[in-house]
Amino acid sequence: MDLLTREYGTLRSIAGPLLFVEGVRRVSIGEMVAILLPEGQERRGQVIEISERYAVVQVLETTAGIGTTGTRLRFSESVARMALSPDLLGRRFNGAGEPIDGLPDILPERWVGIIGNPINPVARDKPAHFIQTGFSTIDGLNTLVRGQKLPIFSGSGLPAKEIAAQILRQARVAGEATEFAVVFAAMGITFREAAFFLDEFEKSGVSEHTVVFLNLADDPTIERLLTPRFALTAAEYLAFTHHRHVLVILTDVTNYCEALREIATAREEIPGRRGYPGYMYTDLATIYERAGRIRGRPGSVTQLPILTMPDDDITHPIPDLTGYITEGQIVLSRDLHRKGIYPPIDVLPSLSRLMNLGIGEGKTRADHRGVADQLYAFYAQGRDLRRLAAIVGEEGLTESDKRLLKFAERFEQEFVSQGPEDRSLEQTLSLGWKLLSLLPKERLTRIKPDWIQRYYKGG
Amino acid sequence: MESKGSIVKVSGPAVVAGGMVGSRMYNRVIVGASGLLGEVIRLEGDRATIQVYEDTTGLSLGEDVIDAGEPLLVELGPGLLTSVFDGVQRPLDAIRQELGDFIGRGIVVPALSRTRQWPFVPTVKAGTSVSGGDVIGAIAETPRIEHQVLVPPGTSGKVIEIREGSFRVTETVAVLDNGTTLTLIQKWPVRTPRPFRERLSSTVPFLTGQRIFDFLFPLAAGGTAIVPGGFGTGKTVVEQTLAKYAQADIIVYVGCGERGNEMTEVLADFPELTDPVSGRPLMERTVLVVNTSNMPVAAREASIYTGITIAEYYRDMGYRVALMADSTSRWAEALREISSRLEEMPGEEGYPTYLATRLANFYERGGRVACLGGSDRQGSITVVSAISPPGGDFSEPVTQCSMRVAGTLWALDSDLAHRRHFPAIDWKRSYSLYLTSLEDYYRRSVAPDWSELRREMMALLQQEEELQEVVQLVGIDALQDPQRIALELSRIIRDDFLRQHAFSEVDAACPLEKQYWMLKVIFAYQSLCQDLLKKGRPVEEILNLPVREELGRMKEIPVTGFVDRAKKLMARMDKEREREVE
Repeated sequence: MDLLTREYGTLRSIAGPLLFVEGVRRVSIGEMVAILLPEGQERRGQVIEISERYAVVQVLETTAGIGTTGTRLRFSESVARMALSPDLLGRRFNGAGEPIDGLPDILPERWVGIIGNPINPVARDKPAHFIQTGFSTIDGLNTLVRGQKLPIFSGSGLPAKEIAAQILRQARVAGEATEFAVVFAAMGITFREAAFFLDEFEKSGVSEHTVVFLNLADDPTIERLLTPRFALTAAEYLAFTHHRHVLVILTDVTNYCEALREIATAREEIPGRRGYPGYMYTDLATIYERAGRIRGRPGSVTQLPILTMPDDDITHPIPDLTGYITEGQIVLSRDLHRKGIYPPIDVLPSLSRLMNLGIGEGKTRADHRGVADQLYAFYAQGRDLRRLAAIVGEEGLTESDKRLLKFAERFEQEFVSQGPEDRSLEQTLSLGWKLLSLLPKERLTRIKPDWIQRYYKGG
Repeated sequence: MESKGSIVKVSGPAVVAGGMVGSRMYNRVIVGASGLLGEVIRLEGDRATIQVYEDTTGLSLGEDVIDAGEPLLVELGPGLLTSVFDGVQRPLDAIRQELGDFIGRGIVVPALSRTRQWPFVPTVKAGTSVSGGDVIGAIAETPRIEHQVLVPPGTSGKVIEIREGSFRVTETVAVLDNGTTLTLIQKWPVRTPRPFRERLSSTVPFLTGQRIFDFLFPLAAGGTAIVPGGFGTGKTVVEQTLAKYAQADIIVYVGCGERGNEMTEVLADFPELTDPVSGRPLMERTVLVVNTSNMPVAAREASIYTGITIAEYYRDMGYRVALMADSTSRWAEALREISSRLEEMPGEEGYPTYLATRLANFYERGGRVACLGGSDRQGSITVVSAISPPGGDFSEPVTQCSMRVAGTLWALDSDLAHRRHFPAIDWKRSYSLYLTSLEDYYRRSVAPDWSELRREMMALLQQEEELQEVVQLVGIDALQDPQRIALELSRIIRDDFLRQHAFSEVDAACPLEKQYWMLKVIFAYQSLCQDLLKKGRPVEEILNLPVREELGRMKEIPVTGFVDRAKKLMARMDKEREREVE
């Protein structure tokens, strides 16, 4: 009886991915809907707005073939949920959380709504554990810590996925062998890119600790809005119920934002900057903020989102809003890439806001902060001088300026550039000292004299 | 009067209810079976549009909506300090106890504990006539803050009974002859400014312990500063540093649409850190209002008002309060989102046209005032507002509207931030309109030549700007020796004076006296260089004097004994000068 009243054939209009259904009673926001086509096909949708006249249903797949006559909609009385159990590990799902690896459905330990409640700020625990990635530019200058969200700002054709994969392979926390897990969410990336990651998981032997969600470029766009939420629901569950340290890779956030814009336009909302909806900040926050640690629970969720800056423009709304939410960013540079430097990480605009929590005495090394600050200062000066030298010629520089210029060059060639090498933090810091020693001791004003005494190698 | 209707439309955080006869604008409403909290923001006939402070997922048509017959209120009383509230003043600790580590919906928890007892000491006797703003007694709210129990504005009469002892906040401590009972708690509509007797002008600085602020771009106690900057330029670090080291009695910190982990840092650090003046944990002077970016957007809009109302309450007791708003842009975005759901005609960049008015109204709730009531109390609220302009471009509406109201602009610069020069304040762009009104204070309290030094420094930084242009074009060789020295000196000012490490043990806060002596040393060095040059010493040699390195290490010299060290350093410079004479 109840089923009967919750099935409607009153679809009145279709605009983009949206269906307007008339006279629907007792439906709620967020409710999942089955769209039944006359030929017996079934599509899925979600209620996004309700009023007395219409319920607005957002179709997750294509609207091709849906007509205003003959189509029936069945309202499910439940919001988007996900079946959770430790058996998730090693499995592969599509962007809407359905298994695509040929194995049966998950036998759920529990069902959880994918929207996810915010972590109570007073329940959060301060991130404090240094994750060694093996990259000098990250470990030494923009340290990643557990529970952080640190995106990679990439450009088309830059090796973001290679860096992410390498971090995954090399990441370790000093003196710990706790259980980890990887959650991988592909949003609108090509098959080629996805295959690269899957292959990588296989090669590095983490496959059975990995949960994969795939929404590829040719998969339904709208589904993309759910994909990261399924992934993070799984991540939170593994971290906070099963005490694992979860590394979440989300790629590519740019595709996610495009999908968001597509929906907003279809709903005829007032567009914000470059057509993206005004609430994109809030929407992205509900994804990125699902990272962290909780007091009294041993697990953690660390996020490594990847986004492509359209036209390498860091002020574009997608990197801009992301930077305002995440705890820093790793910025890739086309110039360095062209010079053949791998990883082409431009350290100046890169930042890790939580670095101070993970470094120093007892965590990494007492001189870590000072070395990082000093390298930054010299490199920034060196870069300025490089511009100057291009105009006035190197002869126009003073002796000490020439040294800075040389420092900047060697910094890029030796410190930033490292190829496939996996460097320990000790190696990174001593490399830093080696470069700092190119300059006179007196110039090292950002480092305490004791450390200079101990590590400085110059004359 | 309560009125009851039912939901006819749901769109994001906006809900429309029909049958709401008798409902009024900005009344508090309870929405749906799960009891979500909301506020009426538009009325058309018996239809009310409601902004809901919680996630609306799961709401359906026909669910009940109840108008509580009163506006959204803030609870004011002992127990505010050390607390952490969400945007609509629900205590997050209590929510955690009730719901666990994740925030659910529809929870009703009073802001102030109803069970905790407070020792109340009356300061008036039966028979005294009192009116709004008068103090009737005091409570030691924390070891450092004496909470004045005030007669609520608009209430007056003769005290016929007053009690002493331990009370819960809702218990009566005094009875007036007209039958009014006074408790330890007051409720105040969140959007209404609390009244005061008179607005006063600001002649005292809001000291921050940060050299670039106190010396170059001072903020007056009771003034407004805005801190705009792109991401990664250090807005939050500035806000947190001020919350730690600024000279204020009370800090209200509003984390509006920002990161959860940042709040965790505050929550973890503030109980540990001590205030240099009183030696007590910083938490004892702090109230936190936290609505992180992933918490409901409408409550983010309310959080700023909740914060400023609490600030006003302590101001009314005669305290110097500082309100840190991080970030006002997120508040404006919440306003925009709700406005767009209401299908209002958008103004610039989609923000509603009333953005400027709302912003100005908020900033103007700050200020220094003579408090209501018989005694001669004066209180102030200093507002420091962080702004997050998209793409770091200051031409956007929130920055522009704020600049029209604020007295001090601390403009953050991403280029400085990239080279790790913190605080990354752009001295070319920043300004303070309080310079003249504060000049007198600095002259009397620090040194007569304070303003003089400031002018000199600004001139030097300006000169550097011009010289750099020359160097960019033709190289450093084109400069004359005195210009080389000017360039070196401005580098010293930038690196060794303006730059300040927020996490350094010694340098995180720098009192005025140390600032002054650091300046004296730097300018003494300048005149030394100039003198040596006149005597014909080669410029390369002058620029590499051993004393130069000492200047770079001044910051890390502890405050105690600093003046002696500075004087010794200056004596050494004199010797250097003499040495040349021989």
